[in-house]
Amino acid sequence: MTCPIDIELDHLADEFELLGDWEERYRHIIDLGRGLAPMSDAERNDENRVRGCASQVWLVTERSADRLRFRGDSDAHIVRGLVAIVLRLLSDRAPADITTFDAKAGFARLGLEGALSTQRSNGLASMIERIRRDAAA
Amino acid sequence: MDDATQILPPWGRGTSEAGGVGSAAFSQRGEPPQSASPTAPPGREHLRPFDIAAVRAQFPILSREVNGRPLVYLDSAASSQKVQPCIDAMVHSMTHSYSNVHRGLHTLANETTESYEAARESVTRFINAPSSRQVVFTKGATEAINLVASSLGLTLQAGDEIVVSELEHHANIIPWHFLRERKGVVLRFIPVRDDGSIDLDAGLSMIGPKTRMVALNHMSNVTGAVLDPVPVIAAAKAVGALTLLDGCQAVVHLPVDVQALGCDFYVFSGHKLFGPTGIGALYGREEALAPLAPYQGGGEMIGSVAMDAISYADPPHRFEAGTPPILEAVGWGAALDWLMRQDREAIAAHEHALYTRAVTRLSGCNWLRILGDAPGKGAILSFEVKGAHAHDVAQLLDRYGVAVRAGTHCAEPLMRRFGVTSSARASFALYNTLEEADAFADALIKARSFFA
Repeated sequence: MTCPIDIELDHLADEFELLGDWEERYRHIIDLGRGLAPMSDAERNDENRVRGCASQVWLVTERSADRLRFRGDSDAHIVRGLVAIVLRLLSDRAPADITTFDAKAGFARLGLEGALSTQRSNGLASMIERIRRDAAA
Repeated sequence: MDDATQILPPWGRGTSEAGGVGSAAFSQRGEPPQSASPTAPPGREHLRPFDIAAVRAQFPILSREVNGRPLVYLDSAASSQKVQPCIDAMVHSMTHSYSNVHRGLHTLANETTESYEAARESVTRFINAPSSRQVVFTKGATEAINLVASSLGLTLQAGDEIVVSELEHHANIIPWHFLRERKGVVLRFIPVRDDGSIDLDAGLSMIGPKTRMVALNHMSNVTGAVLDPVPVIAAAKAVGALTLLDGCQAVVHLPVDVQALGCDFYVFSGHKLFGPTGIGALYGREEALAPLAPYQGGGEMIGSVAMDAISYADPPHRFEAGTPPILEAVGWGAALDWLMRQDREAIAAHEHALYTRAVTRLSGCNWLRILGDAPGKGAILSFEVKGAHAHDVAQLLDRYGVAVRAGTHCAEPLMRRFGVTSSARASFALYNTLEEADAFADALIKARSFFA
């Protein structure tokens, strides 16, 4: 059975394939971020803040019997869009699927490999690390 | 101190002043200096007439592309690009004439020591210090301030006051916070006006009998506001307090004469002055440096060492423990020698024209908030784009080849003062062109369209 994360990655890859130049890709990323439900001010707290981000990123983890759900937010548009992509891929999944998913390869497939470089300091790498840690816990 | 022109940018001077006529006229027309008469104004004949193409040719990195577009480098306030004579001097030293300094008796040690001390002479001339004995090489301005704070701190007591301002770079806040934590020293912050300048009306009254040090930014790295240090230094002197000016930005854009200023300490870094990283300078008045205890211990800084006693070398070597940044000093000296051959008034006018061009082109943009519009400000354009994070703006500008900084600019108290969590900053330097100012403004308008 195909992993649901890979199925979602296929959907995302199809979306990004339709886009032309980098401007269209960035506009799409920003649109994806706009579709994300904003967190309340109360949830935008220090505990939920992902460390190591130049712009602010917040992540809330909710556990059910066999799945992990994540909600995330950022105060920057582009990063919020990238958070939306991460959540589409990794939220509401089985922990085992999350821990085996190769995020770097996934983002490379979307043409967003730069987004995960540590120098980007947009916190996406830290966010994925936290998601994997929660999934492994 | 009586020479107020020392602390005013050339474009802030009266047009009636000899030598300032040309630059003032340029800034009023908003045209580049090179469009005017090719001969230098009276008194500046020995300098190279400002020629932007010739200047750019001295900065090899400027010809590269970023994301398929010509690089537009507008992050010089964070760190400037390196001038060819600096690169050449460092390579020459490494390939022909390198050894440790001061301690050898062989040819290479002597040559290197001479180059290293010649660089100190260049720094001395650059700020018109009375003697190279008053110029300490540090690894940067941050270390210079830490040195002063650390050594001065040994003499301070609980309740002593240190006056800084709300617009200081963290490098001129944190070392003083250490003294608050460790010695119970009280920090007093001079407020900042809406135009981004230090409010001296409020500030001068903070300087009183308990004040031990007044440490202020000569030119803000965020708002570009230029401080008139004369009244501050006079007020500090009147109560027996020391003064330190953070000249990191000012020294790049203004003629700085530490003797005319009369401050006790002046600090600045090499990497913002077209030189390498890892080198900076602490200027100290003789009477201010002499009583300071050493900052770090090691080679080079001692008089003699025994098992139970040490004596220390005189300044500047007392404060240069260990092998210093030799190659960096040599490179910086070459960069400063190059800069001192340029017509700096014309450069200042050029930078002002760049700033004015960008601001004028963006003047109709109601989504743009510029942080700081103090009269006579330097060519630093910090801004907030309504509805977008500074990081969004910087990332998109980068796609257009335009390099700007985004964040708090190491000035969190100032960000809070302006009610923003971060801002973007375009900082102009002598090697930027009017076309680049246009390219920045156009790219910013395009970037904004992503969030409209």
